[in-house]
Amino acid sequence: MTDPTNDPIIETRGVEMRFSLPTHFLSREKPVLHALSGVDVKIQEGETFCVVGESGCGKTTLGRAIMGLLTPSAGEIYFRGKRIDTMAEDTRKPIRADMQMVFQNPYASLNPRRNVFQTLSEPIRHLMPEKSAIDVRAQVEAVLDATGCDQSWQRKLPHEFSGGQRQRIAIARALVTNPAFVVADEPISALDVSIQAQILNLLSDLQDERGLTYMFITHDLSVVEHFGDRVAVMYLGQVMELAATDKIFDAPKHPYTQLLLDAIPKLSGGSFDAPRTPGELPDPVNPPPGCPFAPRCPIAQDICRAERPQLREIRTSGTMAACHLAE
Amino acid sequence: MALLDVKNLHVAFPRGKKGDVEALRGVDLTLEKGQRLGVVGESGAGKSMLAFAILNLIADPGRVTQGSVTFDGQNLLELSERQIRRIRGNRISMIFQDPMVTLNPVLTIGKQMIETLKAHRSISTREARRLSVEKLNLVAIPSAASRMDSYPHELSGGLRQRVVIAIALLTDPELIIADEPTTALDVTIQAEIMSLILRLCRENEVALILITHDLGVVAEVTERLMIMYAGKCVETGRTRDIIDAPKHPYAVGLLKALPQNSTKGAKLYQIPGSMPPITNLPVGCPYHPRCERATDKCRAAIPPLAHGVACFHPMHENGPYGDMEAAQ
Repeated sequence: MTDPTNDPIIETRGVEMRFSLPTHFLSREKPVLHALSGVDVKIQEGETFCVVGESGCGKTTLGRAIMGLLTPSAGEIYFRGKRIDTMAEDTRKPIRADMQMVFQNPYASLNPRRNVFQTLSEPIRHLMPEKSAIDVRAQVEAVLDATGCDQSWQRKLPHEFSGGQRQRIAIARALVTNPAFVVADEPISALDVSIQAQILNLLSDLQDERGLTYMFITHDLSVVEHFGDRVAVMYLGQVMELAATDKIFDAPKHPYTQLLLDAIPKLSGGSFDAPRTPGELPDPVNPPPGCPFAPRCPIAQDICRAERPQLREIRTSGTMAACHLAE
Repeated sequence: MALLDVKNLHVAFPRGKKGDVEALRGVDLTLEKGQRLGVVGESGAGKSMLAFAILNLIADPGRVTQGSVTFDGQNLLELSERQIRRIRGNRISMIFQDPMVTLNPVLTIGKQMIETLKAHRSISTREARRLSVEKLNLVAIPSAASRMDSYPHELSGGLRQRVVIAIALLTDPELIIADEPTTALDVTIQAEIMSLILRLCRENEVALILITHDLGVVAEVTERLMIMYAGKCVETGRTRDIIDAPKHPYAVGLLKALPQNSTKGAKLYQIPGSMPPITNLPVGCPYHPRCERATDKCRAAIPPLAHGVACFHPMHENGPYGDMEAAQ
């Protein structure tokens, strides 16, 4: 599906995100939290690019930075070759219609006091002010059909819907401006198991019909295996491994990827029998000097604790990994 | 004699003039000493309600309208509040979903543990402290003795859930009821916590009721499985048997819909529709509007639980998913 010769739809170059934390009144130190430290990714037109990692790894921050909901502290973000992170709001507006987002919790992402029509027409009114009222109505009706929503929902309020129906509405809202690129931030983790498959199928149907590019943010690797074309594994604000989905699952190069894979509960059972050593993300305010994963890594050596590894291609496997010892 | 024997348990909530709404509509389960049972279902299926009912913790205005919960020969539903306190939190412990809500934010870990122990045992503070540190060590909390003086907010989510498990183990219970213990945690932490619970149950012969929506976790941890739908058990049996060859169409659908069980790139199998709210259940089998095998019989009568499955047209013979494919 991915043609590497094409220009990427999204490209980030050395994106950093630092948040200043409140200073303690007795201290001169200004604590800074490094949410993203130098992220370079290219997302190709038409692919599903998955970003996985534990909470606090920066996957949502990266999604929000690309969407322009957060302004990066350093680095550059491009959409179809145009730099967007420094763009003025007036020029950026038409591009926003091309980039939309679906959030995790459909109970929080829909305004409880707006009916479905108001929710769905808002992005068109705001981002495409040239559209007439008739066009708006036609576009809302079309997107409701496309996402499997009933036209009678238009006058209803969010509380009248179940979680799965709400997530359909949230997806409809993201698609109503006919975007090319959609960031989906954990779109199924708040839903019941029997509903998750419905929403995943809807997303993949919409991708086939409209040629959408997805950035799919999730912590669930079994979904990634089914759904993703390429995967970026993140840890403490850095990309640790970047590869095609089957490579990640068949031949993971980074020990952290291996750890994530081992943590998936399997229907065949038996993989939770051995005791596991506790491990957690290091403090993002004082990250360790070398590889951020070194304190948890089973194969860490002195170089890992001293020097931060760069993302590099591992031999000619096509897999990029940020590990001194990967081969 | 079974450790826990639940018979025909009904829980109802009054709705004024509209009569009662039944959240549990007749649930049976038996649990032997040291046995691990998984309870799986969607939100609203009644899994948490079952846990609360077992401990006689149904809050007003809800109440248990029928049935019995026999734990070690005593019907817990007939005990006085004083009597049940000797069992609840002592011989039966609970682990809930969110450790930040379970733990008291203004007391140190140590204080909460010592308080729990002293409520159930007449022992000195010094002895309670020693036992508490022992349990913290058991759940692999680093530098346990100094952690006794930490407040919950000073610990990470994984450590907090370990503390909750340590508290649940304090009184050496015979049964632990864990309600979605790892849903709020990351996958790697989930694997750590679940393998810890599994090991502790095995080593100490503690029985476990694990309530979850994750069939993978159930397959890893439990020996027996109960699948709930709309306040009833629709299938029960050995975990391995159900995962390998589910009989109830709902169980088949749940397993088939998992990305793990699908071919990459192909469409996922999906169960149409969603679970009806308990206030508006269809006549007959509650699953029939979503079921591909439903017939007029299913639309008229509620199928009884027989041979571990509550279905008039269960799957069989043709292997795990054979019948389903034939039906399509």
